[in-house]
Amino acid sequence: MSSALRSQQVSMENKLVVSPSPHVHSGDSISKNMYGVLIALLPAFLVALYVFRLDALIITFASVVFCVIFEYVIAKFIMKKQPTVFDGSAILTGVLLAFNVPSNLPIWILAIGALAAIGIGKMSFGGLGNNIFNPALVGRVFLLISFPAQMTTWPTPDVGATTDAVTSATVLSHLKFNTPGLPSLTNILMGTEGGSLGEMSAVALLLGLIYMLWKKIITWHIPISIMATVVIFTGIFYLFTPIPQYNPLIHLASGGLMLGAVFMATDYVTSPLTKKGMLIYGFFIGVVTVAIRLWGAYPEGVSFAILLMNGFTPLINYYTTPKRFGEVKKNG
Amino acid sequence: MLKTFRIGGIHPKENKFSAGKTIQPIALPKQVMIPLSQHIGAPCQPIVKKGDKVKVGTRLGKSVGFVSANIHSSVSGTVNKIDKVLDASGYKRDAVIIDVEGDEWENAIDRSETVKKEFNFSSREIIEKIAEAGIVGMGGATFPTHVKLTPPPGTKAEVLIINAVECEPYLTSDHELMMEKTEEIFVGVQLLMKAINVPRAVIGIENNKKDAISKFTNVATSYANITIQPLKVQYPQGGEKQLIDAVIRRQVPSGALPISVGAVVQNVGTAFAVYEAVQKNKPLVQRVVTVTGKDVKNPCNILARVGTPLSQLIEFAGGLPETTGKIVSGGPMMGKAIAGIEVPVTKGTSGILIIPTLEAKRKAMKDCIRCGKCVNVCPMGLNPTLLMNLTEYEVWDRAEKNAITDCIECGSCSYTCPADRPLLDYIRLGKGKVMAIVRARKN
Amino acid sequence: MSILLTAVVTLGVIGAASAAILYLIGQKFKVVEDPRIEQVQEALPAANCGGCGYPGCGGFAAALVKSDTMDGFYCPVGGQATMDKVAEILGRTAAVSAKKIAVVRCNGTCEHRPRVNYYDGASNCAIASSLYGGDTGCSFGCLGLGDCVESCTFDAIHINPETMLPEVVEDKCTACGACVKACPKDLIELRKQGPKSRRIYVSCMNKDKGGVARKSCDVACIGCSKCFQVCPFEAITMENNLAYIDDDKCRLCRKCVPVCPTNSIWELNFPPRKEVKEEAVKAEV
Repeated sequence: MSSALRSQQVSMENKLVVSPSPHVHSGDSISKNMYGVLIALLPAFLVALYVFRLDALIITFASVVFCVIFEYVIAKFIMKKQPTVFDGSAILTGVLLAFNVPSNLPIWILAIGALAAIGIGKMSFGGLGNNIFNPALVGRVFLLISFPAQMTTWPTPDVGATTDAVTSATVLSHLKFNTPGLPSLTNILMGTEGGSLGEMSAVALLLGLIYMLWKKIITWHIPISIMATVVIFTGIFYLFTPIPQYNPLIHLASGGLMLGAVFMATDYVTSPLTKKGMLIYGFFIGVVTVAIRLWGAYPEGVSFAILLMNGFTPLINYYTTPKRFGEVKKNG
Repeated sequence: MLKTFRIGGIHPKENKFSAGKTIQPIALPKQVMIPLSQHIGAPCQPIVKKGDKVKVGTRLGKSVGFVSANIHSSVSGTVNKIDKVLDASGYKRDAVIIDVEGDEWENAIDRSETVKKEFNFSSREIIEKIAEAGIVGMGGATFPTHVKLTPPPGTKAEVLIINAVECEPYLTSDHELMMEKTEEIFVGVQLLMKAINVPRAVIGIENNKKDAISKFTNVATSYANITIQPLKVQYPQGGEKQLIDAVIRRQVPSGALPISVGAVVQNVGTAFAVYEAVQKNKPLVQRVVTVTGKDVKNPCNILARVGTPLSQLIEFAGGLPETTGKIVSGGPMMGKAIAGIEVPVTKGTSGILIIPTLEAKRKAMKDCIRCGKCVNVCPMGLNPTLLMNLTEYEVWDRAEKNAITDCIECGSCSYTCPADRPLLDYIRLGKGKVMAIVRARKN
Repeated sequence: MSILLTAVVTLGVIGAASAAILYLIGQKFKVVEDPRIEQVQEALPAANCGGCGYPGCGGFAAALVKSDTMDGFYCPVGGQATMDKVAEILGRTAAVSAKKIAVVRCNGTCEHRPRVNYYDGASNCAIASSLYGGDTGCSFGCLGLGDCVESCTFDAIHINPETMLPEVVEDKCTACGACVKACPKDLIELRKQGPKSRRIYVSCMNKDKGGVARKSCDVACIGCSKCFQVCPFEAITMENNLAYIDDDKCRLCRKCVPVCPTNSIWELNFPPRKEVKEEAVKAEV
């Protein structure tokens, strides 16, 4: 029985409302959380603006517009249900997609990415809450495989220069393919090295993490377990062979790791429910990421690692239960 | 760091508008409706009939069965009829309707204000007096107190925990009672200790009642075996299992009673009722009720006779505001919404909360975004979103395995859900079904 | 050549070994099943609705074959025809039972039974009824939240948006009883479909006293006993201020219908009466 039908028949004018308890609500909502994440993305966006200037604005804006339009059209005309584009989730997908592509990506490719993200990644499963894979990452990986050249040619973020025609490699491809010119760690942290739009500055992304933890949008379990795993895993190699390829700090601060750990892996829908599950999920994302980075064909593996673990999330949810009351040992 | 329970929990806005308002008696109603079932368990058998004259304290209903409680008249007058009356349960149930004439009390009841501290009763005598007076848990669960004080054979109580946390937002009836009847409550606690024969008692009070904490701590200096435990403000600290965890750091296992970790929990209001019953021979015929709400003109704490229509209490608090959207009997987290105000006050009515129209209706439910916030706040360590799905699809074996019967129905999950999902509505339904299945299997 | 030979031999050996293992295990764990179970199951409609009281058609067939009689076994979906067929397979004779159909015993439409409060919980009758009596003055009547609709696997019951009451689609209803179990107010009953679908029943379950019942709903049974007195076949019983018509005893004489002061007795699919009693006749479809 649809509630819309019901409310037509039963007007609530001057009638007492009766419902089961509780009778108060925290006021939390989906859109509050989504806009909260968007606020947390602001520092990274500002860095992107500073580094890539107008390009960053155009790519981000276009990506958001595409995502919102695709979601609206698919919901309204194909799924025939009330579009919920203003809950902020489509905007978030748009921003995250933009943050995962080079700043000079042609707009038409971006549009294809947005369609893959929203159409395949989200709406084909039934919309927000029902998707198995992170929509923005679906879009990103779709583009990475379909347009490898455009997706891995980054403009040199020569801050202040008038031209951005020169392209350069990312830190990780320096490592992978042993090209000369590896930048210093400070530059990597502050985000003045090559890479996708949003993955420039680890510091800006960490600011976002602190904001989200403070606002209780996410818990620490996923980002910290990913980062810790990456540091420990590469650290073990670094102890034996101290070469830049194994430097845990470079691995932590470069590429999409921060963006992935803080904003992509923590996506509510596609990550586990329980804390235990989150730690398992984070651990494996870290392991897979490092494995791809060290031994895989791609220089970067965060997106693949997250998507892979997204697929395992239902299984993790099935096998992990929260710590129940009464299971704690008596210590009184 | 103040103590609190260790799993989950939320902190809703307290909104204790009626805090510090002295308990006021209200005029006697013209007619009272005294339900024969004001407790968990079997309803009473009426022992009066139409036309009978009754006084305050006259027994109206006799308890039948093990879990049941006596019912007494709260007024003097003539029994008009015994009929079905709509009560806070949402259904019509049998009640004794009495036309009020004067205010005559049974002779045995000591109505003086003096605090009578000395007593010389055995444990059995105290429990008998409590049973006779029809005392039930005053926190809202209304479980007959004498049953709770008779632990199953083979168990031994070590500590009495007094629930003075009043963790429900808005409500202040316990708080006010603690401020005004401090000495009486301490005597009541001693009586309860004697009844279950424990060497010590702990009174748990939430830190938002600082005046009560300091007053109780002062008085406790003259009672060597009673200690005061201030607690961090956290809902649902008033839950029996949560309170035990917070106070003595022991967790009652799934499906077990508090006695399994050596604890017995009683509400502070119950302690006062026990004092009155044992020391003053006064049955449970009145209680403190908070009338409150954002738009209520005069939020207050009222000493009301059982059976008084809620409408009279609301009238005393300034009448129903124009913005009234929902009326709740009890607190906002676990109270029951009622469909009309001609419902009688019962032993378990701790408050009347009037919610304005703007906040009365729930928001439309959306799809679950699997944020896991309900899992984080659940004080029993359950997975509410999973339990709701299992109930919706009637997968009872998995619901049972995921401990749906552990749910204490505190509502923290529904309160928190950003997608406005009615988690508790479904879990409550599923819990009932699974309990029925378990019961059927046992027989 | 030798590589080819090795490959062929290796694969052949592995294949043969696997086949042997499979065969042995198959023999060891062989379940001897009465072949009639499968025959019976094939005769059943395969609706797996559970209306017979067994877990699906397979469970029903197994229980039926194991048992010695046909008593107590009835497939509401297949009806008499199926039961006859099954009885033939088993060499028994099926008991004759009349085709039944679900009827909703509440006529508290929005007009007859005004809403007095607004229910705002989950859209589920079981949840609403565990909370309170309902959003009308009558605590026995239909809540209109559609648990019966959810429970029906045959798409045979729907909520009419005009009346907010469920209506049974006669052609689709198989009398499996799922809705009877789903309704927390016990409003739905399986009754004899009757000749030409003609049937008479009291469309109310209100057990309140007459005045109280009437106050909350225009068409409530007020327990006045007029129908009870007029019935020549003793088919009507009065209990808890409520009349009930026993469909085994009722001969469809229709005498009770016009005497009901609140029109709470329904007659379905009868030809219109000669007298001007338009209102009493609520012929459906």
